[in-house]
Amino acid sequence: MLEIRNLEARVAGKDILRGIDLTVKAGEVHAIMGPNGSGKSTLAQVLAGRDTYQVTGGTVTYNGHDLLALSPEDRAREGVFLAFQYPVEIPGVGNTYFLRSAVNQIHKHRGEPEVDAVDFLALVRDKMKLLELDESLMTRSVNEGFSGGEKKRNEIFQMAVLEPKLCILDETDSGLDIDALKIVANGVNKLRSKDRAIIVVTHYQRLLNYIVPDFVHVLSAGRIVKSGDKTLAMELEKDGYAGILEEAAEGVGSR
Amino acid sequence: MGTPATDIEALTSQEYKYGFVTDIEADSAPPGLNEDIIRLISSKKKEPAFMLEWRLKAYRHWLTMTEPKWPNVHYPPIDYNSIIYYSAPKPKKQLKSLDEVDPELLKTYDKLGIPLRERELLAGVAVDAVFDSVSVATTFKAKLAEMGIIFCSFSEAVQNHPELIKKYLGSVVPHTDNFFAALNAAVFSDGSFCYIPKGVRCPMELSTYFRINAMNTGQFERTLIIADDGATVSYLEGCTAPMRDTNQLHAAVVELVAHDNAEIKYSTIQNWYPGDKEGKGGIYNFVTKRGKCAGVNSKISWTQVETGSAITWKYPSCLLIGDGSIGEFYSVATVNNYQQADTGTKMIHIGKNTRSTIVSKGISAGHGQNTYRGAVKMLKSAAGARNYSQCDSLLIGDQCGAHTFPYLEVKNPSAQVEHEASTSKIGEDQLFYCRQRGMSMEDSVSMIVNGFCKQVFKELPMEFAVEAQKLLSVSLEGSVG
Ligand SMILES: Nc1ncnc2c1ncn2[C@@H]1O[C@H](COP(=O)(O)OP(=O)(O)O)[C@@H](O)[C@H]1O
Ligand SMILES: [Mg+2]
Repeated sequence: MLEIRNLEARVAGKDILRGIDLTVKAGEVHAIMGPNGSGKSTLAQVLAGRDTYQVTGGTVTYNGHDLLALSPEDRAREGVFLAFQYPVEIPGVGNTYFLRSAVNQIHKHRGEPEVDAVDFLALVRDKMKLLELDESLMTRSVNEGFSGGEKKRNEIFQMAVLEPKLCILDETDSGLDIDALKIVANGVNKLRSKDRAIIVVTHYQRLLNYIVPDFVHVLSAGRIVKSGDKTLAMELEKDGYAGILEEAAEGVGSR
Repeated sequence: MGTPATDIEALTSQEYKYGFVTDIEADSAPPGLNEDIIRLISSKKKEPAFMLEWRLKAYRHWLTMTEPKWPNVHYPPIDYNSIIYYSAPKPKKQLKSLDEVDPELLKTYDKLGIPLRERELLAGVAVDAVFDSVSVATTFKAKLAEMGIIFCSFSEAVQNHPELIKKYLGSVVPHTDNFFAALNAAVFSDGSFCYIPKGVRCPMELSTYFRINAMNTGQFERTLIIADDGATVSYLEGCTAPMRDTNQLHAAVVELVAHDNAEIKYSTIQNWYPGDKEGKGGIYNFVTKRGKCAGVNSKISWTQVETGSAITWKYPSCLLIGDGSIGEFYSVATVNNYQQADTGTKMIHIGKNTRSTIVSKGISAGHGQNTYRGAVKMLKSAAGARNYSQCDSLLIGDQCGAHTFPYLEVKNPSAQVEHEASTSKIGEDQLFYCRQRGMSMEDSVSMIVNGFCKQVFKELPMEFAVEAQKLLSVSLEGSVG
């Protein structure tokens, strides 16, 4: 589904991604871990098409298309979803209206008719229950006055409604208490399917107890320095990043 | 910009160029202004003597005045002697079908979602459909007359209801009020008149009808609306379709009078031609709008959505005289390219326990300059008066400007005033968030801007709120990215 080859990106004149290689197949869940500032959010934003990040090298192929050639909205319409680390408030724009517009954009892109208002409401109710969100949030403006945890749950709720093909979660666990974490993880797990790929970006192993990944990658200074299965996350939890990074550095050195 | 005089001349003299005027004596006055021209206007309109006197008084006063220089707008000097102040109502050049209409204009109609038959009407195409609309209007008028509501052109009112005109004309905006109001009083061509008798609630928005007539708007228009004791009326002026006019200067006057327990809601959508991308050729819209809450517990509410004109100079205001009366001002003013707007309101609290609310949303894009100017005055007599003002500016891009000038004068210690203001830039993060959810750049901008304006749009009559949203999107097209 997703093939990243030697991807390099810079922001504000600084090289952040220095050659990322990653292959993600449909049905897989990949975790990307790494210390603060290693470039995790940069990778997520570059995949979503944010133009403040400049791609300086490499390729990204998504379902056979050159992903980097698409506008952010076309990526979204083709099924790329980013759950933001810091969801944005849009005053005066109703949450329901916003989400229905998003759904309709995708429908339009696929040449399907707009969603029926009644069906949409039923879908929304159903997914709100899944994320245990209060229905009153739907009558408010997008993310306005939401608590930190509500914002994160709202991201996953949107994801559940939009049913994307490639889900990228950027630190969705940060700022969540354990109960909220379980709710979010449950929401994500419900979306796991053989047609869908999920990339979970996180700093802590904690989330991965609930969303169990097929692969774990460690990002450091803009490179994936180590990949493994879920046990790699355990190892990180035990030894911290320092141990892994040293080992990786030796590995690179001995090549 | 070209030289000032030629700009205006080019525009004001176009009717000559196309040669519809055959007999200058009969159909049109020569350019320039003097007492004879005013006498001509009055006699052509067969006005009673008091009208001529009033016009002449206004003219003589106007001669002693100078154009206001305090607004934060810039334009070349206007040559008032190059303007033609009287020409007989002229038929627009009729087109045979929409194929003859400027395709750009049609595209805009399409984006605004203006119904097909109305497009033809607006573009000046001769079609049978027009008769439909006109007959609907006639039906409306008959129904209103049954209830004692007078709703007609200003000229008709002068002929048929001179006692009302005599009583109310200039009672809110006197002929001495300001330079443009004095000019309007001297030379105004026509406009609308509306009188709602005691206890009558006008059963429909006076908009459907007006919309059809909006095409005949003159350069110096005058509107007078009176709601007698306990009467209510909602009035909508303008329409979202882009209005082009060969007259560059527009100086209208609107006067509203609300008696005891009466309520007037006046909504405006202004979309005059703003000029081209460099700001050339747009309309100068210098308007005086004022409402008088004369009676106890009366209410006047102004709602405006301003997207057009090269220059807007406009402060719909309320004189809150009756005890417990209420004044409201809800405004969205948008400037793009090289548009300039200096707009706001004045709330003058005179009666006890009078209340006013001001919500102003200014949007600046391109090289646009948007100024909010608001005055709140609490006179000594205004015990227990309250005002709430909220004034928000949204900037799109970094070449535009937003300026806020709130003036405050409180002479009664029991009066309360609250003012909030904010300026924000449309965020790259907000745009990206919307686009990541599948919205196009333009849809994202319009969604964010409409959210910003929501408080004002919800004051508009439903169908116009929808149109106003579309209008805003169209006006801001190409302002980002
Ligand atoms: N918009 C930006 N402007 C300047 N520097 C940035 C910007 N975004 C990220 N960076 C820098 O890029 C590096 C990687 O950031 P980020 O991808 O957010 O890391 P992570 O998500 O792994 O914590 C950091 O040094 C950060 O300061
Ligand atoms: Mg991050």
